[in-house]
Amino acid sequence: MWDLVLGDRRINSLRLVARMWNGTRGIHRLGGAVVPEGNQKKERTMLQFLTNHFYDVEALRGYLLQREMSKVHMKNRFRDKEWIRPDKYGHFSPEFWNFQEVPVEAVDASDCEINYEGLDNLLLLKELQSLLLQRCPHVDDWCLSRLYPLADSLQELSLAGCPRVSERGLACLHHLQNLRRLDISDLPAVSNPGLTQILVEEMLPNCKVVGVDWAEGLKLGPEEQPQDTASPVLA
Amino acid sequence: VAHTGRTVGRLGEGDWDGKVSEIKKKIKSILPGTSCDLLPDTSHLPPEHSDVVIVGGGVLGLSVAYWLKKLESRRGGIRVLVVERDHTYSQASTGLSVGGICQQFSLPENIQLSLFSASFLRNINEYLAVTNAPPLDLQFNPSGYLLLASEKDAAAMESNVKVQKQEGAKVCLMSPDQLRNKFPWINTEGVALASYGMENEGWFDPWCLLQGLRQKVESMGVFFCQGEVTRFVSSSQRMLTTDDEMVILKRIHEVHVKMDHSLEYQPVECAIVINAAGAWSAQIAALAGIGKGPPGTLQGTKLPVEPRKRDVYVWHCPQGPGLETPLVADTSGAYFRREGLGSNYLGGRSPTEEEEPDPTNLEVDHDFFQEKVWPHLALRVPAFETLKVQTAWAGYYDYNTFDQNGVVGPHPLVVNMYFATGFSGHGLQQAPGVGRAVAEMILQGSFQTIDLSSFLFNRFYLGEKTQENTTM
Repeated sequence: MWDLVLGDRRINSLRLVARMWNGTRGIHRLGGAVVPEGNQKKERTMLQFLTNHFYDVEALRGYLLQREMSKVHMKNRFRDKEWIRPDKYGHFSPEFWNFQEVPVEAVDASDCEINYEGLDNLLLLKELQSLLLQRCPHVDDWCLSRLYPLADSLQELSLAGCPRVSERGLACLHHLQNLRRLDISDLPAVSNPGLTQILVEEMLPNCKVVGVDWAEGLKLGPEEQPQDTASPVLA
Repeated sequence: VAHTGRTVGRLGEGDWDGKVSEIKKKIKSILPGTSCDLLPDTSHLPPEHSDVVIVGGGVLGLSVAYWLKKLESRRGGIRVLVVERDHTYSQASTGLSVGGICQQFSLPENIQLSLFSASFLRNINEYLAVTNAPPLDLQFNPSGYLLLASEKDAAAMESNVKVQKQEGAKVCLMSPDQLRNKFPWINTEGVALASYGMENEGWFDPWCLLQGLRQKVESMGVFFCQGEVTRFVSSSQRMLTTDDEMVILKRIHEVHVKMDHSLEYQPVECAIVINAAGAWSAQIAALAGIGKGPPGTLQGTKLPVEPRKRDVYVWHCPQGPGLETPLVADTSGAYFRREGLGSNYLGGRSPTEEEEPDPTNLEVDHDFFQEKVWPHLALRVPAFETLKVQTAWAGYYDYNTFDQNGVVGPHPLVVNMYFATGFSGHGLQQAPGVGRAVAEMILQGSFQTIDLSSFLFNRFYLGEKTQENTTM
């Protein structure tokens, strides 16, 4: 492809930029490097012809391309910024209020006093992908039964260290079929963590269930008991 | 009286040593610092006066006591006495219950009662908090109910779900395909439609609720008595209706409470009596003279509540349905749910009218499981073809033979007897709401939050059935 355009550096630079965006969706229909289907090919070659011969067309195409690019960048500007955190006074920066149309993808409510009624706020987030509720003192089995509206989008859920969550609440999580990572470590109210881990893994086959070693709670058999109490026990 | 071993001799001789020790005891008891035994000990007897006497100390009776004390406008304003015949609750329906709660009814009142009960159970440690007592753990499983309907019941189920959604219950309809997708262990043969409760439905430990209510109610100052109600003493009054018909209104002013294993009884003067005697409510009503009259009249209308025995079986099935299993109620009337983490399940089936067992005892009929329950379970869940029954028990429904729904509110003729009975298998899940309704009726004269007018006693005389059209 390079040798075709070597002579015309102006077109060259445009193509270069276009090729870099091949991976992102929505852009490649304006770039030239992707192989077009059937009847689009005629359109493309017409457009190419016009672009090569008229500066106006070229400038217009360039402008439209830039606009597409900046739209995608706008949508993705939070990926680099990680989390929107409150400052030391607990306030969020004022620019946060400009982002009301931006869907929330992840919420970290760890150590937070959120309860059954408070979950009303989170359940409205239709594109929530990750929910962290670690060590929340008021999150109990009733709260878990409310999470099913997030089933379409939720991929990660962490309940580590919640003192009121038991295996009965974990049974409600089977609605969340898109869940890929579930953290159920350190749940003091679960009566048999090893068995619960197995049952939850069976219930959510596509999900990686983290936190409990299934061998926990199994007693060592008589032949595995350490003969010598001085030597350390191998777990 | 100390017996010295000597026989009683001739007149005049007597038991001198015994008399001396008796006099010594009496002197000792009068001396300060020791308890006075001069008056007879009546600590086991109920008080002589009580504003409200609740007959029956199960979940319904305790719920009414709780709400009476909670809604009284002045602390200590109302004295409540709960009379329970059996303090071990060995035959009480509450403790033997499967413990389910669900909103999938067709009557809006039933749905509202169940929704309120769910929020009561969810906030139980706020309602029933007692200082220095540990918080209650109801062991609630929020797994929901799954009702299956055949072709002929599908239309009724659809309209019921509409009513349930209107009242605020979170129920969704599922087609057989969706069922198979979500619960691969179900055989959907014969199932046209299913309704699945997503929130506020499941099962819990009824004993915990009972104990929680008991300790809270005791801390609120309610009196308890273990005894049996044997007699009501009432006074009557003749009045004329607007059509110039003579009506005899009765008012119970005394309740005779007989102690266990003795003939001793205590007449308790009272203003209001609550009939929360569950499966034995009809006997209490008959004691008050309800139903004594020519049949077809209001005086002759009996309380149509009778005990019906229901068996519950527990079995083990290692390859059975997993953790997500709701309480499944099959088209045949058989139902089952998981019990614990160890592949145990419990369930049963309501018998048809012809199969009704004899309610005089609570012995389990294992043949009923083999012939009438297991085949249906195995058809619906193929994994249940191999199972092993571990244990079983039986309990009573306080079955309302008229329309299988509760009786709540005052009797039209015996004006101070209030009913809270006849729930035919869903008493436990409606107890908080019903208790509140009865307390509102007594303290404020009418139902304030949930209107249970359609559950009044009048309907038995008028012939208007308040009936569910579900197969629950």
